[in-house]
Amino acid sequence: MTELSRRGPSPLLPVDWTYAPAPESREIAAIAERYGLFIGGEWVEPQSGAFFTTLSPRDEEPLAEIAQAGPADVCAAVAAARAAFPAWSGLAGSERAKYLFRIARLLQERAREFAVLESLNGGKPIKESRDVDLPLAAAHFFYHAGWADKLEYAFPNRSPRPLGVVGQIIPWNFPLLMAAWKLAPALAAGNTAVLKPAETTPLTALAFCELLAQAELPPGVVNIITGDGSTGAALVEAEVDKVAFTGSTEVGKEIQRRLAGTGKRLTLELGGKAANIVFDDAALDQAVEGIVNGIYFNQGHVCCAGSRLLVQESIADAVVEKLKRRMASLRVGDPLDKNTDVGAINSQAQLTKIEELVAAGSAEGAEIYQPPCRLPEKGYWFAPTVFTDVSQSHRIAQEEIFGPVLAVLTFRTPQEAVEKANNTPYGLSAGVWTEKGSRILWMAERLRAGVVWANTFNRFDPTSPFGGYKESGFGREGGRHGLEPYLSFDSG
Amino acid sequence: MSETSVLAAGVGLPLRQRLPRTGAIDQVGVEARAAELAKRSIKRESKLLALELAIRCCDLTTLEGQDTPGKIAALCAKAIRPDASDPSVPSVAAVCVYPNLVAAAVARLAGSGVRVASVATAFPSGQSPLPIKLAEVADAVAMGADEIDMVIDRGAFLAGRYGRVYDEIVAVKEACATAHLKVILEAGELGTYDNLRRASLLAIAAGADFIKTSTGKLPSAATLPVQLVMLEAVRDVYEESGRRVGVKAAGGIRTSKNAIQYLVQVNETLGRDWLTPELYRIGASSLLNDILMQLRRERTGIYQSRDYFSND
Repeated sequence: MTELSRRGPSPLLPVDWTYAPAPESREIAAIAERYGLFIGGEWVEPQSGAFFTTLSPRDEEPLAEIAQAGPADVCAAVAAARAAFPAWSGLAGSERAKYLFRIARLLQERAREFAVLESLNGGKPIKESRDVDLPLAAAHFFYHAGWADKLEYAFPNRSPRPLGVVGQIIPWNFPLLMAAWKLAPALAAGNTAVLKPAETTPLTALAFCELLAQAELPPGVVNIITGDGSTGAALVEAEVDKVAFTGSTEVGKEIQRRLAGTGKRLTLELGGKAANIVFDDAALDQAVEGIVNGIYFNQGHVCCAGSRLLVQESIADAVVEKLKRRMASLRVGDPLDKNTDVGAINSQAQLTKIEELVAAGSAEGAEIYQPPCRLPEKGYWFAPTVFTDVSQSHRIAQEEIFGPVLAVLTFRTPQEAVEKANNTPYGLSAGVWTEKGSRILWMAERLRAGVVWANTFNRFDPTSPFGGYKESGFGREGGRHGLEPYLSFDSG
Repeated sequence: MSETSVLAAGVGLPLRQRLPRTGAIDQVGVEARAAELAKRSIKRESKLLALELAIRCCDLTTLEGQDTPGKIAALCAKAIRPDASDPSVPSVAAVCVYPNLVAAAVARLAGSGVRVASVATAFPSGQSPLPIKLAEVADAVAMGADEIDMVIDRGAFLAGRYGRVYDEIVAVKEACATAHLKVILEAGELGTYDNLRRASLLAIAAGADFIKTSTGKLPSAATLPVQLVMLEAVRDVYEESGRRVGVKAAGGIRTSKNAIQYLVQVNETLGRDWLTPELYRIGASSLLNDILMQLRRERTGIYQSRDYFSND
């Protein structure tokens, strides 16, 4: 009896099992107090003399002072890239490939450090930066290293040649991965580059400069300049041969206006309002996982996020119930905790935008659900949210929210699903969930989206071209299709 | 569902042997989800709690031709007090043996709170006539087994004779009387996750108190995706009817780390209500000592040699 009492009231009672914090060590990532601009293989002070502070969105802790590149700095970076171009483009493809392979291997070696930096500066859960961003970034360099000496075979009889200097502007949702998407094909094709990371998330790009030096990449082949939108605008106006932009549709349109008639090439990867379409015969528990991954992955800061759920009316209640139960098990909190599923919102500006659109959703009469979860007091946080009773005309069904907010609509027939899915100015991605193979093909033919996933969502691979229709942009990244915008060809 | 037709004579719609739609499982999706949950990082006090829970949910098992009353005695002593040097370590849930050794186990476990489970129904193949299976179950119960672990007739299931499988489970449940019935689906022989889900729902409909992954006699025993499919079936039944069915993972679970991965899945799929030996079990023979070693490591900060833990 004494033994039994020592074991507690009853060995048969269930227990509450809360997981102890399991934080990744932030000391792995070294952060300098102040960063200059990486131009011509060296760190230089900005001629503008201006700096701004970059924060951690998890607690608003200031992390470093970042240079604000002005027009003169942008010109210096472009000039450095121009100077490096003849030698770099003159290298044999197999030699360029060696550098790319080296960068890829270094990224793998230093993956843990970069993952911590990414989560710290951007707010995404460490499990995502560790398992998605870093492996994919390395994979992009490996993949394009393979193309560097095979361009003639990728485009037979078309004499592919590099364009020159490319200006690349990337967003804050996948900072390092987007840098890899942009730089790897540009370098493989023989171009030199000036890359501008997003204002709120410059740290992994700046750490990447050290990695480039470690890889002994010739000076000027890659130049990285930091700053806000004005820096990006200056880069667009500068003497570059091509601009590649990933970001909002609004800014994309502005860039296209400015470049019209200049002869500069342009590729745009812009916003989205993807439909995740669930049919009544789908594997429901896995579809629910796909819905959750589609919209709560990276706090919904994903241009191809499945932000509209189109569910067949006959199973809508069951799916929404399952979804709500699953949402309750999402762990929202410290991005550096290995058990965190949903991290911090990237910035105050983005949080404000999400809050505004969610308020609009409620005001327009949609029904909101958020699972009970305690959000940290400091930093930028938003609970995973789902709206039911949403109509096609509601703002939350039309506008890109870029946050953890899902709008649920229903459909009755496959025709109606296609019609609703396509009824948006965007066309980046879509998901189809059904056990019926023929229906997947039927849907994929009719959906006006650059990527259609079947029974999965948010899967990326460097071999697979990614890009949009309509206001989601043009040009592709990844695969042979992604090389083409970085090359010029003999006409005829 | 029963073999007896509910339709009037002359209505030839062959519904009888078809299980209605049970819902599909996507293999890629379920394996990805299981792999994701397996990456949970369980530290410090939450790890201690998990290790103790794993012991409390353990069905300490020996199912060998060479089992003797002496072997059973040793196993029962271990079951009651797993760590001789540390009385705060709880007892396991049950000892699982062949029917011939039930009496020996009952004698050793009387009054300890540890239950006696017996495999039955021509374990592990289930390829014997029904009357023999029922007699085996009745005998095991008469000798004092608290729980019966039966196997389903995979031959009948794979031949599409679901009614036969169902009726057999109903009959075994009846033969169990008050004993708890665990139904072993032997996932490794069912071939697909869709079949596994169908078998899970069929066993639950026929009256299973627990559904169990495997016999442990095949190389492919319990896996994380297999358990996940079963947990989701149990969850659907609970949502629809309010009935709580237990799950037992058996075979191939040898390390604490692995056991914690199974528990994490239960916690995040079914929630706290299932974190009890009343509704969750891990069937294992060699797992216990690894847990004891980890427990002592968590409590003292040092690993001890295997020589400090009894082999039973």
